[in-house]
Amino acid sequence: MSSPSPIASIGGAIEFIFASQESNVTGGKKVGGFDKSLELVVGHLEVTFLALGLALIVALPLGLYLGHRGRGELLAVGIGNAGRAIPELAVIALVATLIGVGMRNVAPVLALLGIAPIIVNAYVGVRQVDPAVVEAARGMGMGELNVIRKVELPLAVPTVMGGVRGAAIVIVATATIAPLAGVETLGDFILNRNVYGENGLLAGAILVALLALLLEGALALLQRRLTSDGLKLKTA
Amino acid sequence: MSSPALLAAAGQVGEGFFHERSSESLPCQAKAGEVFCWDWARENIDRYGAPTLQHLEIVLLSVLIGFVVAFALALFAHRTRWLQPPLLAATGVLYTIPSIAFFFLLLPLTGFGRDTAIIVLAAYTLQIIYRNTILGLDNVPASVKDAARGMGYTPRQILWRVELPLAIPEIIAGLRVAVVSTIAIATLAVLISAGGLGTQIYGSGNLTFPTSIIIAAAIVILMALAFDLVLLSLQRLATPWRRAALR
Amino acid sequence: MRIDQTRARVLLAALAALALALGVAACGGGNDNSTSESGEGGGEAAGAIKSNPKNSSVSLTIGSKNFPEQEILGEIYAQALSAAGYKVKTALNLGSETVALKAVKTGQISGYPEYASTALTSFFGLEPEEVSSDATEAWEQAKAEFEKEGLTAFAPTPFASANAVGTTTQTAKKYGLETVSDLKGVSQKLSLYGSPECRQRIDCLAGLEKLYGLKFKSFNPVDIGLRYTVLEKGQADLSILFTTDPQLSAEKDKFVILEDDQHVFPAGNVIFVTKKAVAEEAGPDYEKTILQVQEGLNLKVMQELDARVELEKETPKAAARAYLESAGYLG
Repeated sequence: MSSPSPIASIGGAIEFIFASQESNVTGGKKVGGFDKSLELVVGHLEVTFLALGLALIVALPLGLYLGHRGRGELLAVGIGNAGRAIPELAVIALVATLIGVGMRNVAPVLALLGIAPIIVNAYVGVRQVDPAVVEAARGMGMGELNVIRKVELPLAVPTVMGGVRGAAIVIVATATIAPLAGVETLGDFILNRNVYGENGLLAGAILVALLALLLEGALALLQRRLTSDGLKLKTA
Repeated sequence: MSSPALLAAAGQVGEGFFHERSSESLPCQAKAGEVFCWDWARENIDRYGAPTLQHLEIVLLSVLIGFVVAFALALFAHRTRWLQPPLLAATGVLYTIPSIAFFFLLLPLTGFGRDTAIIVLAAYTLQIIYRNTILGLDNVPASVKDAARGMGYTPRQILWRVELPLAIPEIIAGLRVAVVSTIAIATLAVLISAGGLGTQIYGSGNLTFPTSIIIAAAIVILMALAFDLVLLSLQRLATPWRRAALR
Repeated sequence: MRIDQTRARVLLAALAALALALGVAACGGGNDNSTSESGEGGGEAAGAIKSNPKNSSVSLTIGSKNFPEQEILGEIYAQALSAAGYKVKTALNLGSETVALKAVKTGQISGYPEYASTALTSFFGLEPEEVSSDATEAWEQAKAEFEKEGLTAFAPTPFASANAVGTTTQTAKKYGLETVSDLKGVSQKLSLYGSPECRQRIDCLAGLEKLYGLKFKSFNPVDIGLRYTVLEKGQADLSILFTTDPQLSAEKDKFVILEDDQHVFPAGNVIFVTKKAVAEEAGPDYEKTILQVQEGLNLKVMQELDARVELEKETPKAAARAYLESAGYLG
């Protein structure tokens, strides 16, 4: 029986990523390889960025506004807590069954999962700005818009970015099981080990972990660049 | 073993075995797209008992182990300050890696089953508990520590009798987040055959049965809510001085 | 310490919710064990399985792939062997045939039910036309190959299942589709949905492309459980179905399968695959019981059982039990 080794090894996984392998399933087609791996990485990033973008568009302005006005604390914090409690597997399964499969249906739902951390952190980030500083700014004659832009936002950046990073983590993680709803992401290697074998399984896990860490790293860098120097000195 | 054994003369199913079915007469649970079937739910609710217990078991064990490890690490790092950034980074890595990937990274080492699930879930809780514990300890005002030192407390006494009690609210806050997250993520344990409520979402044809998915998700959310509220009350009870200040 | 009224109410509510969760858990706890009780006595009815005390020293783990028809079969065998006096556990969650075969070889499970056609095409590399359409011949073909690796396969079930290209009745009418060959010239406009391994399997997409010469507008991999959902939602023009699916009879006004006129989808009867050594150790009742209980599994019965689990959402365990009792195997 022609089949790859039944034991996974890191070497085998790396080989899988870069070179096409004999499939466990006969039919003459090979699986894995660089093209497929790249395809799935792109697919994963695609749905992640789409969902993250949607979540930002909806949740960021809303959270910042609520924080600025000091309204809706219960709502914001409540959503944050509730969001953490939602099981992603159930969300993906319900999308697949009730709404439909494919990127068009899955991305908005992933965005929903990302809304919770962003809205909470945007709210808290703005709220915890020292009121004295805001008063001083107003006293200096700044209009409301300038107060938001030049005072509250920069001071809120660390917290807000924390929310964005949290959203990214949950979206990347849920995107991993998106193949159940017909979206081709790296989870394909993991969920379909009958096709890709043990090496493919390990390869998928490694790639997902790397992707998540790289994205987190990129966002951390972004946060550093956005954080004003004064704040950086303060937290150093 | 090359010839089939002689068989007993049974094998005909009884008269009423076959049910008549047609598109119009399908019960709620057979129709695709039905969001929730109350009758089915009422009749089959006991199906969720064992998975719920399994789920609870996994969650409690994971959080317990995660807490013990993270707490110990925090105490250690509180004393040895230079350890703090690397430990924060290390626990951060464990938090960033999606649990499902982590499950399968460990597969060659620990195989399928509950142990792998518990290790991964515990690792996931480390960052939040570690970070909150450190934060709680750091937030103790220096004046209080000075006063204690002035009263003759040893560093160990300061830690256990002054710093930690003051840090409890922060620690419990971290524990709350850890528990709620773990309850939700534990649904993925089904993917490595570790049981839990995920079996009622993904296993055995449940994937296309919204009623079962919704029930399982509802139990997960209720469980998370219950734990969150209990811990929140503990958190409030643990800060009598704050309440006194409000009066 | 005076505790605030509101706080007390919050605490009470939390404890109530917790109690509710634990109540649900306790209420049903222990009902759904995967370990069956051993030693259920045989009934007086003719053909009932009799418990043999010699078997109680043997532990068996019955596996199956993780879709309903397989789980039902696994449960039937497990409950029957349990009645025969064995200590039986189940592992009805193996992802695919390769995973299942590996599980048998490594001793993780004692055996599992496999489709003869799948074994021949997937494990032993036969082309679909080389698979015999006679159940006994196909079984002997497979058994001969299995024996090269120290495994064996028991005689086949009466019913057989095959992959099939399915669609909605509207689509079939629109394009005048009755056989798979009718798709020639039309398939480029149609999307096909199937399980991920379908792409590679000769009795699935690979065969449709190679042996029927069909090209589809797109192939979309989805979980097996969604094969009817995607048709229903209008996302899929074509979907890979199974000939034993209950939806085909219960909803025959909605779904239809195209006839496999080129015989690319060989029908497979189920044969129980196990290690020779395991069978020897377990004694003659192992094979005897399995062959005994599958006698009654003709196509109509299998479809009824599939219907109970897939449509009415009964558990495979309950459906298996109902079959065993109705057919007189269990008292």
